[in-house]
Amino acid sequence: MELSNPSLPNDIAITTKLDEAIGWARESSLWPMIFGTACCAIEFMSVAASKYDISRFGAEVVRFSPRQADLLIVSGTVTYKQGPILKQIYDQMSEPKWVISMGACACSGGFYDNYTTMQGIDQIIPVDLYVGGCPPRPEALLDALLTLQKDLRTNKYNPNRHENFKGLLDNV
Amino acid sequence: MFENMIVLSNEIHAFIKSKYDEGFNYLLDITAIDYSDYVTQQEEDFALVYILRHESFKNHIVIKTYLHELEIETISDIFKGANWLEREVYDQYGISFKNHPNLRRVLNHKEFVGHPLRKSYPITKGQILHETDDLIDEMNHRLLSKDLVCKTENGLFTECSKDLMFLNLGPSHPASHGTIRTYVALDGETVEAAVSEIGYLHRGFEKSCENHTYNQIIPYTDRLNYCSAISNNIAFVKTVEEMLGVTLSERAQAIRVMLLELSRIEDHVVCLAAVLVDMGGLTNYWYMYNPREDIYDLLSKLTGARLTNSYMRVGGMANDLYEGFEEDLKAVIKKIQHGVEQTLALIKHNRIFHDRTQNVGVISAEDALNYAMTGPNLRATGVAFDMRKDSPYYGYENYEFDVVVGSVGDVYDRVMVRFAEIDESIKIITQVMENLPEGDVNVKDASVTLPDKEAVYGTIEGAMNQFKLIYEGVKVPVGEHYSAVEATNGELGFFIVSDGSGTPYKVKVKAPSFTAMSAYPEIIEGSQLADAILTLGSLNIIAGEMDR
Repeated sequence: MELSNPSLPNDIAITTKLDEAIGWARESSLWPMIFGTACCAIEFMSVAASKYDISRFGAEVVRFSPRQADLLIVSGTVTYKQGPILKQIYDQMSEPKWVISMGACACSGGFYDNYTTMQGIDQIIPVDLYVGGCPPRPEALLDALLTLQKDLRTNKYNPNRHENFKGLLDNV
Repeated sequence: MFENMIVLSNEIHAFIKSKYDEGFNYLLDITAIDYSDYVTQQEEDFALVYILRHESFKNHIVIKTYLHELEIETISDIFKGANWLEREVYDQYGISFKNHPNLRRVLNHKEFVGHPLRKSYPITKGQILHETDDLIDEMNHRLLSKDLVCKTENGLFTECSKDLMFLNLGPSHPASHGTIRTYVALDGETVEAAVSEIGYLHRGFEKSCENHTYNQIIPYTDRLNYCSAISNNIAFVKTVEEMLGVTLSERAQAIRVMLLELSRIEDHVVCLAAVLVDMGGLTNYWYMYNPREDIYDLLSKLTGARLTNSYMRVGGMANDLYEGFEEDLKAVIKKIQHGVEQTLALIKHNRIFHDRTQNVGVISAEDALNYAMTGPNLRATGVAFDMRKDSPYYGYENYEFDVVVGSVGDVYDRVMVRFAEIDESIKIITQVMENLPEGDVNVKDASVTLPDKEAVYGTIEGAMNQFKLIYEGVKVPVGEHYSAVEATNGELGFFIVSDGSGTPYKVKVKAPSFTAMSAYPEIIEGSQLADAILTLGSLNIIAGEMDR
């Protein structure tokens, strides 16, 4: 199905699968919630500013309210002290939701292998896409966004994919 | 100019009071040293270090006291800034302070057991936090000091003597500029009481330093104040170089001055852009952020990275300027000036901007000094303290520039001081580039800087030299040293203890944002909630440097 084909006449009826129509709609209407903690958040500012301009990809409605967002971008180091906050924000987001882990710290703790830094946010919440780099260049984050959009269009994400996920802060 | 002195632990309060009366009325830092693994046996296992600066700002003293018992008199009655600094020492080393008003952890979380900066604490032993601190105790303490009485029940306040509403600002909030949490008690829109909780970005910088060589630490320093990475690099390597007794070439000094000023601009534009967004002026964000992108382009061409440059090395820098750097720099400066002009055209005579910022978030010069605020935040109160003038380094005395001061110490002054400092920094950069000395950028000393690649691949001495410097690190003589530069947010200092090996025994950062943040609750009490947001933005709190 190619809904965005401009050569289609206006009064045509299209038959498609509901999932595909929804996937097509989701693709360009992501509402990111930025969980920005450190250096990567400064690079996210670049992604949102004129030069890289995330709005070209239909994901510029950056909201700090998790209840209105469906894409969580964790940009920056998450410490053990921050853990419950991140978990709470993730839990407050309504389904369906996706998570991008931006930068080495969020992915794995980065070079902070010590007593205070969580060794990757996937210890407490499930992650869909990892972006490496310390910090990643803006293009890298945009690439992750485009990858996510492509996957949404093709319905790659099973809604039950995190059913068996159990993080450090679950069931406490 | 500085002096070291050793004082008995039971006399510390009286001694510091006497020094305070002599004019050492500016507390730079308090930290502890755990000597249990040190190369030579010391009097006791723990020592406390106090660093004070004289009111002339020209010299500082380092006061050290050995602790037989892990308890000592607080000095928070002399210096307001000592409150959080002592809490940090308690948190990291487990040394308690008698008569401290609120001795509790500040960087680590409430479920943390042990004291991580002790040598006996294993660096990778992480501890999970299950539930965030509700800050009820601390808030109650604060409310009582304001004659407000509330009952507490299941982590909530009930039946207050005034109709109060309690609200968390942060730690994940668009206006919290990172990871700062402030818990406020509101009467209508007025902040009646506030307590701040920090440590959400405590990444263990100081502990990580203790198992990396000096040059390996440079990338970590980038991530302290990530808005102006190079100035952190410089502050750190300057301290190490002073311990080594190395003198930099004139060219290296000039390049460092130029990059310090460029970093200052880089940081100020993002601070100003953010504070104007908080005020609702989104257009300014684009005007100010675009030149920052141009600085990024220039720096990535020079250093290979946009944000975290890691450009400095002990004894010099990674490489010399590239050919054509000067032209690129000139073009970038034009763009910065254009961005600043456009922004000022929108706000300079703007009634809304003036009403929102003037006489808002005021701190007096006296309080700012007592809290050990520094940099633009201190200068906005009218105190003309600038390391570049008061204890010049790298030939700052040869450049013509003005120290910008405010008069009221409000948001307006803090914002305008930063705008004017951008102009002054451009003046300095222009002067540096006009008379940039020729020569090498690295010290020619085989025990400090790496040999040329030709020597590494061509000679056995070169290969050995490279191997030893990489594996063992630069050997810094045994000693303890404090040194600082005027970074974007003010005096950024490093206190390093060396045991003679290639890895520091202890590193402590004197972070300008830390002390500024400790003053924040007091500044916003009595003001409107919306003004509290602006005040935080105008203080330019960078969590990476504050929490370390």
